[in-house]
Amino acid sequence: MEIPYTVTARPDTGLWNAKVGIWLFLASEVMLFGGLFSAYVFLRLDAAPGAWPHGLLNVPVGTMNTAILIASSVTVVMAWASLKMRRFRAYWWYMLVTILCGVTFLGVKLIYEWPQKFEHFGAFIKKDALEKYEPYLGNHHLAEKGLAPRTEISGHLHNHEALHDENVKEYEIALDPVNADPTNPLMDRPHFLYVPPTEKLAKIEKADVEYANMFLPKHSAYFASYFTITGLHGLHVLGGVIVFTYLWLPVGTKLYKRNPEHLANRVEVAGLFWHFVDLVWIFVFPLFYLL
Amino acid sequence: MDASSGLAPHPHAQHDPHHHDAGHDHHELPFWRKYIISTDHKVIGIQYGITGLIFLFFGFSLMMLMRWQLAYPGQALPVIGNWIGHVFGPGSMPDGKMTPEFYNSLGAMHGTIMIFLGIVPIAFAAFGNFVVPLQIGAPDMTFPKINMASYQAFFFGGVVMLISFFVPGGAAKGGWTSYTPLAVIADKGPAYDPIFNGQTLWLIGFILLITSSLLGAVNFIATIIQLRAKGMTWMRLPFFVWAQFVTAFLLLLAFPPLESAIVMQLMDRVAGTSFFMPSGLIINGVPLHNSGGGSPLLWQHLFWFLGHPEVYVLILPGMGIVAEIIANNTRKPLWGYKSLVFAALVLGFLSFIVWAHHMWLTGMGSVVSAFFQTTTMIISIPSVIILSAFFISLWGGSIRFNVPMLFATAFLPMFGIGGLTGIPLAFNSADLYLHDTYYVIAHFHYIVAPGTIFAVFAGIYFWFPKATGRMMNEFWGKVHFWPSLICMNMIFLPMFLQGMLGMHRRWYDGGQGWTLAGEKVWGLSGFQWNTPISIAAWVMGLAQIPFIINFFWSMKHGKKVNDNPWEATTLEWTAPSPPPHGNFATTPTVYRGPYEYSLPGRENDFTMQSEPMRESDRKAYEAAAAVH
Repeated sequence: MEIPYTVTARPDTGLWNAKVGIWLFLASEVMLFGGLFSAYVFLRLDAAPGAWPHGLLNVPVGTMNTAILIASSVTVVMAWASLKMRRFRAYWWYMLVTILCGVTFLGVKLIYEWPQKFEHFGAFIKKDALEKYEPYLGNHHLAEKGLAPRTEISGHLHNHEALHDENVKEYEIALDPVNADPTNPLMDRPHFLYVPPTEKLAKIEKADVEYANMFLPKHSAYFASYFTITGLHGLHVLGGVIVFTYLWLPVGTKLYKRNPEHLANRVEVAGLFWHFVDLVWIFVFPLFYLL
Repeated sequence: MDASSGLAPHPHAQHDPHHHDAGHDHHELPFWRKYIISTDHKVIGIQYGITGLIFLFFGFSLMMLMRWQLAYPGQALPVIGNWIGHVFGPGSMPDGKMTPEFYNSLGAMHGTIMIFLGIVPIAFAAFGNFVVPLQIGAPDMTFPKINMASYQAFFFGGVVMLISFFVPGGAAKGGWTSYTPLAVIADKGPAYDPIFNGQTLWLIGFILLITSSLLGAVNFIATIIQLRAKGMTWMRLPFFVWAQFVTAFLLLLAFPPLESAIVMQLMDRVAGTSFFMPSGLIINGVPLHNSGGGSPLLWQHLFWFLGHPEVYVLILPGMGIVAEIIANNTRKPLWGYKSLVFAALVLGFLSFIVWAHHMWLTGMGSVVSAFFQTTTMIISIPSVIILSAFFISLWGGSIRFNVPMLFATAFLPMFGIGGLTGIPLAFNSADLYLHDTYYVIAHFHYIVAPGTIFAVFAGIYFWFPKATGRMMNEFWGKVHFWPSLICMNMIFLPMFLQGMLGMHRRWYDGGQGWTLAGEKVWGLSGFQWNTPISIAAWVMGLAQIPFIINFFWSMKHGKKVNDNPWEATTLEWTAPSPPPHGNFATTPTVYRGPYEYSLPGRENDFTMQSEPMRESDRKAYEAAAAVH
């Protein structure tokens, strides 16, 4: 028994099977990420004025990753086109570049961007204690300008034991620039470039804190959606890299020798998936880094 | 195979040197490959069917247990009570008396298991897998390995759900809808494992089930688009195939948003996020230590975005089965085939924009409610078209009342009751009163239980000879049918009364402690109605025994029949029974529509889709066209 139209197209639909399959799969993927993005919209609209954070992510690094992913979308098309022209060497090189781009993207996320967030600390101050921390918050200054108030003090936590030990009564943090110099007009708007914490130390009493945590998913609705969406996107990148590696390894060479069109079709299908992964990032980048 | 050519004339025109070998392979496959990890769509269909039936009976058993607690609250369950207490652990039924936690687990898992491990796998996956490729004249599904993976993901999802009964604290208790914030804070604390607790396992099991349904849906749609036999145009597809096609789209597009919601609830439970947790929650007098800022309403929206299309996932395959059986046993073409197809498509589309009618009481706002009330009213139109077409199909037929037809006929009024009683719920103002009462339970069970499950039974009796080459016993089929029909109505009709008396659907004591339940209907108070309902439920459990025995007995000892015992017209009946791996000896060619019964000028009253046109057929079609 053989399934028809695995490699050649069915005349009346003009499609081979896997191409139908991948487009259907991508439709469901749109709905999956659609669900997550609509959750993002829902949570952001629900957030109290000023509660949705800005400028916490590293825009230049994010831009670089965007460029890497877009470049890999180009190289995967080149790999496919090379196969169509039966230039196997070129295919091999383009595929290698695509895989490396994917790996680099994941590396930047996992080795640099995420851990940097995990090291960061933020404490939301109780309403009645806001006045006490005015030097770090600068809310009078913001009110004069008609801007939303700040409720969080963030920076680099010095005494990590404070997170778990009930006997430690205060957090010691090296302040982020925005809390170190809150009335500076430059701080009124989020930074475009990421600025590391300053040397300036501050002590915050736990009794005055509503909720405090490292910049983990549980830190806030913002980080919850950031880590969930980029995490799921990262899994998709990983999936793509694994499939590309499989097609690039000798398995692909063998298939090429047996039936080059079949390999081209597989690369096309994997490439369509890759473009989708790229497209999701095109939404992630502005939503979390820029807006 | 010529790889460089973009288009192939026809797959079987090309000669593949491996073809011959592949044809012989399946004879030598070991048992393990042939029945356990098979890639054959028919084996996978039967795997789905049997697993699904087991889950269906298990889910029903959970409800039979609950019915004891509702009819005799707080009393020890005789005979098996102690044994069940042992099986499900100390928190379940100490001394045979059901704990409230166990009652909640049973309720949540009854819903989950019946829908996602029972009906969907049987009505969609089992019948779809077995019948659709045969009906369109395909050798198999487009992606046989993915098909196998789909069953395996379903199976492991089911295993995870079952394991959750035996972890500390027992299975999920948050209702089958797992509403937040309750579901996020449930099954947490020192007595529970962070991962191996009821609610978390429910979420993990669901991810597997959604994966399974995604793989299945892609496969179904691709198969129907790509593998139709020569001449099988879209308007010659049997209605069953159309129903499965629309269902597959619903699963494909409606499940992923729930998956995203499940991932978020999993994050809420495991990583401590607050997607669905509002600020300022206080649990047992202690403020919850989390960031807050989430929205419980978000969960409900994402849940019901699946939840409502899911209703049509449950009912459409049932309608498809009923259509086949009605046409076959009235010996007439199905009335209004085109209307049926378009109604199914419209139904599928509209089912995506009615979900919030499950949320009238959440305070979404009157504008949102008005919109969803309107779309909900509109969606009843295609449902009525489908049901009316079935009723009209019966008109003037000399109906053969065999067992499949009995079930299919019973489907019609049962689904009708279920549908019509839904209309008061669709109106926001009437729903304020009926929301979360037994009325709602009765309404949706009329659609799914005597509706879809009867269609499923009809389908099993109908296609059993194709799968095994033998008939199921007719007499025991009737012994199965009549008590099931009577008990179904004895269970669910009084629930409308209970609901209108104001009985809440989640009461652990069956409304015993509620004063208004003292109001009497036909001499029984709302609470007292629980007893006849429960007895009917247990009798219905007994009534399934003839079916179970008949099913297994007939596999080996049923009456042997030819390839087309029902004298049907669709392609599956041209294949041998049971069809071999690859289905058809030669790929069939299709010349006509699916329901050519009683075609004038023919010696038989059925003309199969694969029978070539004759001059007399042409005349008959022209004469029919002239009348219309």
